[in-house]
Amino acid sequence: MNKKEKLVIVGAGMASGRMLEHLFETDPERFDITLFGAEPRGNYNRIMLSPVLAGEKSFDQIVTHDAAWYDAHQVECRFGETVTRIDRAAKVVHSAGSEAPYDKLVIATGSAPFMIPVAGRDLPGVMAFRDYDDVQAMVAAARKKDARAVVIGGGLLGLEAAAALRLHGMEVVVLHLMGHLMERQLDAAAGYLLQKELEGRGIKIHCKAQTSAILGRGRTEAVLLDDGTLYPADIVVMAAGIRPEARIATDAGLHVERGIVVDDRMVTSDPDILAIGECCEHGGICYGLVAPLYDMAKVAAKTLTGVGATFRSVETATQLKVTGVSLYSAGDFADAPDREDVVLRNSGAGIYKRLVLKDNRVVGVVLYGETTDGAWYFDMLRKGTDVSEMRETLIFGQSRQGSASLDSLAAVAALPDDAEICGCNGVCKGAIVSAIIARDLTSLDDVRAHTKASASCGSCTGLVEQLMTLTLGDKYNPDAVQPVCGCTTLGHGDVRRLIKAKGLKTIPAVMQELEWKTSCGCAKCRPALNYYLVCDWPDEYADDYQSRFINERVHANIQKDGTYSVVPRMWGGVTSAKELRAIADVVDKFHIPSVKVTGGQRIDMLGVRKEDLPAVWADLGKAGFISGHAYAKGLRTVKTCVGSDWCRFGTQDSTGLGIRIEKFMWGSWTPAKVKMAVSGCPRNCAEATCKDVGVICVDSGYEIHFAGAAGLDIKGTEVLGLVKTEDDALEHIVALVQMYREQAHYLERIYKWAKRVGLDEIRRQILEDPRKRKAYFDRFAFSRKFAQVDPWSERVSGKDKHEFRPMATIGFPVAAEGAL
Amino acid sequence: MNWIAIGQTADIPLRGARCVATPQGRIAVFRTVENRFFAIEDRCPHKGGPLSQGIVHGAHVTCPLHGWVISLETGKAQGADEGAVRTFALKVEGGKLLISSDALVSMTA
Repeated sequence: MNKKEKLVIVGAGMASGRMLEHLFETDPERFDITLFGAEPRGNYNRIMLSPVLAGEKSFDQIVTHDAAWYDAHQVECRFGETVTRIDRAAKVVHSAGSEAPYDKLVIATGSAPFMIPVAGRDLPGVMAFRDYDDVQAMVAAARKKDARAVVIGGGLLGLEAAAALRLHGMEVVVLHLMGHLMERQLDAAAGYLLQKELEGRGIKIHCKAQTSAILGRGRTEAVLLDDGTLYPADIVVMAAGIRPEARIATDAGLHVERGIVVDDRMVTSDPDILAIGECCEHGGICYGLVAPLYDMAKVAAKTLTGVGATFRSVETATQLKVTGVSLYSAGDFADAPDREDVVLRNSGAGIYKRLVLKDNRVVGVVLYGETTDGAWYFDMLRKGTDVSEMRETLIFGQSRQGSASLDSLAAVAALPDDAEICGCNGVCKGAIVSAIIARDLTSLDDVRAHTKASASCGSCTGLVEQLMTLTLGDKYNPDAVQPVCGCTTLGHGDVRRLIKAKGLKTIPAVMQELEWKTSCGCAKCRPALNYYLVCDWPDEYADDYQSRFINERVHANIQKDGTYSVVPRMWGGVTSAKELRAIADVVDKFHIPSVKVTGGQRIDMLGVRKEDLPAVWADLGKAGFISGHAYAKGLRTVKTCVGSDWCRFGTQDSTGLGIRIEKFMWGSWTPAKVKMAVSGCPRNCAEATCKDVGVICVDSGYEIHFAGAAGLDIKGTEVLGLVKTEDDALEHIVALVQMYREQAHYLERIYKWAKRVGLDEIRRQILEDPRKRKAYFDRFAFSRKFAQVDPWSERVSGKDKHEFRPMATIGFPVAAEGAL
Repeated sequence: MNWIAIGQTADIPLRGARCVATPQGRIAVFRTVENRFFAIEDRCPHKGGPLSQGIVHGAHVTCPLHGWVISLETGKAQGADEGAVRTFALKVEGGKLLISSDALVSMTA
C-alpha cells in the first residue's frame, strides 16, 4: 500500500509533542499527520509556566516545538482550532471551520482546571493557571498598584502561582481546603515548614478554608469564606485541581470514566483511537505529572507503529518550583505496621527528612530544607535497593555512607572542655562536668538548676544528658524525666514551656519544632498538645477535634456497651419542676433505661444511643439545659448546700456563690477535671474539703480551700486563705484555676500539681500578689469568651452531625415500600 | 469479589472514622492522616469497645474504653495485648468508597 495512513492528533501539548518525537525517530514516513491545538501557538513546556510567571524565564525559553519544527516534519498544524466532534462511523474529526479524516486518531486534550462551583466564579478577574494566556492575564493584573490576589488551592500549582505573584509585589492570600499545604505530596510536618516559609515571604496562608462566594460588581472584588472571613481580591486564581478534558470522547461514545479509559497500549474502547496524557485514565488512575505522561507518549508511538509496548504506572517524584524552597517528595509515606519511619528534624535549620522503609527498602521519602539526596533516595526507591547495610546512617544522606558509624556519645566525649554546650546561657562542657562531680548532681533538673545549661530553649538537652552519662555512668538514669509518650523524649513541663517560648500554635508546629519522633503523634500526646494549645492561645488556636477523646468529641460519656450517658448542667445543684419534667419527658421519649442522681448534685441519664444524642439535647435545650460537661477535662460541678437562704446555721449564700462560680467558669478546658463545692458553714455539708477547690463560708467571709482529693487518693484540702467578699472569693478561685491551667501537666489533678509546684508558691502568687492574681483572672476571663459556647446546642444545629449517624447501612432486606 | 458502595471518601474526616451498619454488626471505616482508608470490625477484641470512636493515629486506633491499640491494617492488637478484629477489603474509586461483600458474611465465620 503506497498511500500513507492518516494520523490526526487532537491536542498540541506536552504528551502529543513527545509522542511525535518518538514517531519521527522510529517510523517518520508512516503517517500523514494533522495536529489540532486549541491554543493559538505551538507546544511549550507547560510545567515551566511558573518560572515564566515569576519572571525568571521568558516564554521563548520554554517553547519545545515551534512552527519550524512542525514544518520540517511536515505536520499540518491547525492551531487555534478547537475540535468539536468526532464522527467515528465516518472516521472524521470536525472543528468549527474544518474537518479531517483519519485512519488513526490520538486524543491528547489534556485537562481543564477545576473551577470550584461557587457564586461569582464567572466574574472577570477569576482565572485559572493553565496556559500562557492565564500567565499574561496575571502579569497584567499585578501591574496595578497595591494589587491583591487570592489563590484558591494550596497544591503544587497554587503555591507556585502564589509565590510568583508575590514576587510581582501583589498581596497574596492562599486558600486551602485541607489542613495543611500540598497534602497529597507532603505530610503535616513538611506542610507546616512550607507554610512557615511562604508566610515568611509575606504570603498569607489560610488552611481549612471553605470558599463560599466570589463577590464583586462587574469584576471580582473579594472572596468570602464559610466562616465569614473576607479577603479583598483584584484577581482570583483557581488552582483547586484539574479534571481530564474528555468531553469530545464522551460525545463520541467512547468509554469514559474520570478520564478516557485506555488499555496498556493506550488504546481506547475504539481500536482506531488512542488517548494519552492527562485526559486519559489507566488502571483507574488519571495522571497529572509529566514523567508518566512521557511514558504514555512513548507507548502510544510504539502502538501506532505496530511495535508491542505496555504502559505501567511508575513512581513519580515531586518538586515545588519556587525559588528558595527546597522540597522533595516521592513514593508512599502512609503509616503502616510493617513500615518504619526514619525521621530527622533540625528545627533550627528548618530541615525535615522522613524516609519510610518496608522490608529494608525505601518506599517513601519526604525532604524539606535539604533535598540534595532526593535523587539518591528516589533511585533506591525505584530499584528497591536493600538498605539494611546503611540503615543507621541512611537518613544523613549519600555523603555520610561508608564512613565509620556515628557514635554520638564518642563524639561528645571527644569535645574539648571549652566547647560550648548551651548556647543560650553560654555554658561550656568543662563547667557542666565539674558541677556534676563537685555537687554530686544526678538529675537533669539539678544540672539545669546549678549550671543553667539546657534551662532555656532546651535544644542542648541531649548533649547535657550525654555529658551526664559520660560523667556518672550507670548512676545517671536519663529516663527520670518521664516523657509525654513514646513520640518524644520531652516531658510535659518542657513541652509546655517550649510551646510558649517558641510561640508554637498548631500541633504540626509543636511536633516539628520539638522534633517529635512520629509523624502524627499518638492517643497520649495528641489530646495533651491540643489542651496546651487551647490553653495558651485561646483566641488563635483552632481546636483539633480528632485529637480529643470520644467523650469530648460527642459531649457525652461513653459507657461499657458503647452507649452514652447525658448529664445536663444544674447550676449549683438547684433544679425546678419544669426542668425535672423535661428530663422525665426525655427519658420516656427516648426509652432511656437508667436515670441516676450523681455525686455532684445533678441527674445522669444512662444508656442513650449515640444516634439519639442530638435529639435528646434538642429536647433538653428547649427546657433551658446546657451541657453539664460531665465528660470534660473542665469544670464539672460546684456542689452547694442551701446556705443562709434556708439553713439555720448558714453564714453566707453558699448556693448563690456556687452558682456564680459555675456560671463564670463553665466551658473552659482544664488539664484534668475540676470539681468544686461551697459549704455555707464549717459543718461543711457540701463536703468542700475534699474537692479540687472548695469554699467554707464563715461569719467573717470565705475560706478558700484547694488541692483536695477523694478518688484514687484521699486527701483533705489545703487552705489558700480567708477573703472578705464574694467578689474576692470569685477572683481568687478563678486566678487559682488559671494558674493551674497554665502550669499543670495534662491529666494532672490540682492536688498533684500543687504538690509539684509547692503550696507556698501558689499562695504567694494568688493570695499575696494582687497584680499576679488580677493578671491570672484577666487571662481566664479572656479565654472563657471563646470557651463558653454550649456544645449541645451547636450540635443540635448541625455541627459535626456526621458523628451521630452511620455512613451507610448495608445488607438489610429492603423494605417493601421501596426505600432507596 | 463483589463490592458494595458505602459512601464518599469525603464523608470521613481525616484521622477519623464512620460506621457502616450491617445485619452482622457494625463495621468501622477509618481515614488516616495520610488519606488511607481501612475497614475493620467495630468491636475491640478486649471488651467489645466501639473502635470507630477511638483516636486515630498513624494506621492505628486506640480503643475508647480501655486504651488498647489496634492496627487498622492487620486488625491485630499492638504491644503486649493479644487479640484481633476482622479486617475487610476496601477500595476507593473516584471518590467513592466500596467495601468487599465479605463484610456481609457472618462475623463468626
